Amino acid sequence: MKTLTVQKTALTGNYAVAYATKMAKPHVIAAYPITPQTSIVEKLAEFVEKGELNASFVNVESEFAAMSVVYGAAMAGARAFTATSSHGLLYMYEATWWTALSRAPVVMAVVTRTIGPPWNIHVEHNDILTLRDAGWIIAMAETVQETFDLTLQTFRIAESAALPTAVGVDGFVLSHSTEPVEMPPQEVVDKYLPPRRPDVPMLLRPGEPVTFGNLPSDNKIHARHKVAAVYEAQQEAKKVISQADEEYGRLTGRRYGGLVEWYRAGDAKHIVVCAGAWCSDAKHAVDSLRARGVPVGLMRIRFVRPFPREEVAKLDQYETAVVYDRDITPVGGILGLEVKAALSRARVVNIVAGIAGVDFDSRHFYETTQNAIDGGYRDLVFVV
Amino acid sequence: MLPLSRPAPASAGMTGTWRTYKPVVNLQKCIDCGLCWLYCPESVIDWEKGYKIQIDYTYCKGCGICADVCPVKAIDMTPEEGI
Amino acid sequence: MSFRIDQLPKKKYVVPGNAACAGCGMMIGLKILGMALGEEAVLSIPASCAAVVQGLTPKSGVAMPILNVPFASAAAVATGIAEAYRMLGVKGHAVVWAGDGGTADIGFGTVSGAAERNSNIIYVMYDNEAYMNTGIQRSSSTPRAAWTTTTPTGKHERKKDVALLMATHGVPYIATASIAYPQDFYRKLKRASEIQGFKFIHLHAPCPPGWRYDPAKTVEIAKLAVETGAWILWEYDNGQLKLNPPSTVYVDRAKRKPLKEYLKLQGRFAHLTDNDVKMLEEEIEAKWQTVLALAKAFPQRL
Repeated sequence: MKTLTVQKTALTGNYAVAYATKMAKPHVIAAYPITPQTSIVEKLAEFVEKGELNASFVNVESEFAAMSVVYGAAMAGARAFTATSSHGLLYMYEATWWTALSRAPVVMAVVTRTIGPPWNIHVEHNDILTLRDAGWIIAMAETVQETFDLTLQTFRIAESAALPTAVGVDGFVLSHSTEPVEMPPQEVVDKYLPPRRPDVPMLLRPGEPVTFGNLPSDNKIHARHKVAAVYEAQQEAKKVISQADEEYGRLTGRRYGGLVEWYRAGDAKHIVVCAGAWCSDAKHAVDSLRARGVPVGLMRIRFVRPFPREEVAKLDQYETAVVYDRDITPVGGILGLEVKAALSRARVVNIVAGIAGVDFDSRHFYETTQNAIDGGYRDLVFVV
Repeated sequence: MLPLSRPAPASAGMTGTWRTYKPVVNLQKCIDCGLCWLYCPESVIDWEKGYKIQIDYTYCKGCGICADVCPVKAIDMTPEEGI
Repeated sequence: MSFRIDQLPKKKYVVPGNAACAGCGMMIGLKILGMALGEEAVLSIPASCAAVVQGLTPKSGVAMPILNVPFASAAAVATGIAEAYRMLGVKGHAVVWAGDGGTADIGFGTVSGAAERNSNIIYVMYDNEAYMNTGIQRSSSTPRAAWTTTTPTGKHERKKDVALLMATHGVPYIATASIAYPQDFYRKLKRASEIQGFKFIHLHAPCPPGWRYDPAKTVEIAKLAVETGAWILWEYDNGQLKLNPPSTVYVDRAKRKPLKEYLKLQGRFAHLTDNDVKMLEEEIEAKWQTVLALAKAFPQRL
């Protein structure tokens, strides 16, 4: 029996993305630098130049070009990767919708960063959440280990679901924090990731005169395509995601729970809901509250898309859902809105906090969760 | 998975109904040069060297390029009925 | 490689019954593209007339593999396809078939980027000299003084010369072409397909509704553009820039037909005075001087 070595090392969130991407063996990488994503792409460039990764590394002139290049590559049957943040994502925005409606299995790391003006390089979730209507699968990592694992998984998820997939890595908080990471052996990754099927989502080859994207003779063709690609594909992706998580757990010992992760929720009366790196801080707060006898638990949303409706609906078994949003819209927080729409009994308190990179740690979670549970808050609260 | 299209005639319908003038070929005058075949933007002229040309009127839009480029004026743009 | 007309492929890459206007110059170009590279090319087509002439799904009026792409993205998408094919070992050419709007204006960033990287694509800009697909609005490639819906008294600015801009990017192959000279265009496509790197062909393609003329005159007008010197056929290959016949004849301005013969056939120039025409002739001569100077200056190490 051959012994396969697990490598344990210390990596930043960005390097975790780079190493995982390297192990996934993409054919084409195209990205444009933007803080705080830059070290992902710099590391990948190094891998390619050193000959450790056999990929085409395309130095594009903009994020719009980056998404267009990986879109073309994916439609031509290649495994393709890009990364961006904030304004870079907004700059490629048209191309992200085109990619989703084409069902191109592109993988993108989004190092979450505040949208300006004014200029601000710190964490905020609005950028990655702008993809929520386009039809992308959206995952949010909590730790550097999960960043590594999720990045690997998304190549499989994207290709199996035939939907582009984004992994959110919180800017600076996760992207530039160093934590211990276990990397499975390449052989395990090779077994986990199926070979890239060149006919997903279509076979684009010289000599095969097939066309995609010309005007529909009947708009119903287009409408049906949209229902299938935007809604139904997302529902089908749920199974792909939980299978990917389970299989990964079998091979590495690390299983995260699929679309959401429950924490100390079993005998709770109130549930904190959040996504991203600050969930670690929220978990600390939950522990502190529990130590004082407060019956609180936590649901961490790992996948914002597909929206985990079935899991979220379980929050109705509790008295309160305290939903934290590290994003802001004219109607409050995005997660708060979506969770509220899925519930009919539990009281939902939506707390918009930590936007524009404002620090929000376990003490803040502790205080605000306590206030929410005590009824000291209205339904929508801005903590600045 | 995707709504794909494949090459087929009439992708914009029966385009022969677009025209108001129709190219009529005088095969006696025709010198079998192939220029009308080369320049027809609709691919409705069939040409075999030695056998001269044939026009597919189902899709001919009546642009008149063939008549214009013919070096011996063997093609006449004649009005369709009602013009 | 034969360019005798009777030896060109007969397969119909432009399929009858497509959505193009009667007399569309671009379709002549697409036919030639098919003849030259129809079995080896995959097309990236951005928003443009070309996107629409394909007709309605599930049918396509063009018998080549086509990916329709966002307006500004064609050069980048083609780059992605080319790189994917390289990594996957697929033989073939990633070709862009884009209009002047999608190339000179909104798409210029991606075009310049692909050129600078020397991405392995063939980029054909078919130039009908305005945003024709959306109803004849001006582009930077609209010639000076031409009427369009957004330049109703005639365009004030001169025509942006994208092929010359490509020349200073240092790419291995650039050519201008015209649908009036299909065998020249065919040869240039074949030549481009032999070269690794970024290849650019600027194709002049008259448009009956946009230029306001009887559709029968498409080829005649394209020819007059060359015969009056308004359109110059040149080719940059392997470090050398040279003129192509028949533009070789029109270096001598005395041999050029009077510009009026080209302009008078087109309604978009109907408002021009004799003075306007004289001014345009001077501009044409200035462009010739630029091209001839470049021909002398290449090869350059830019």
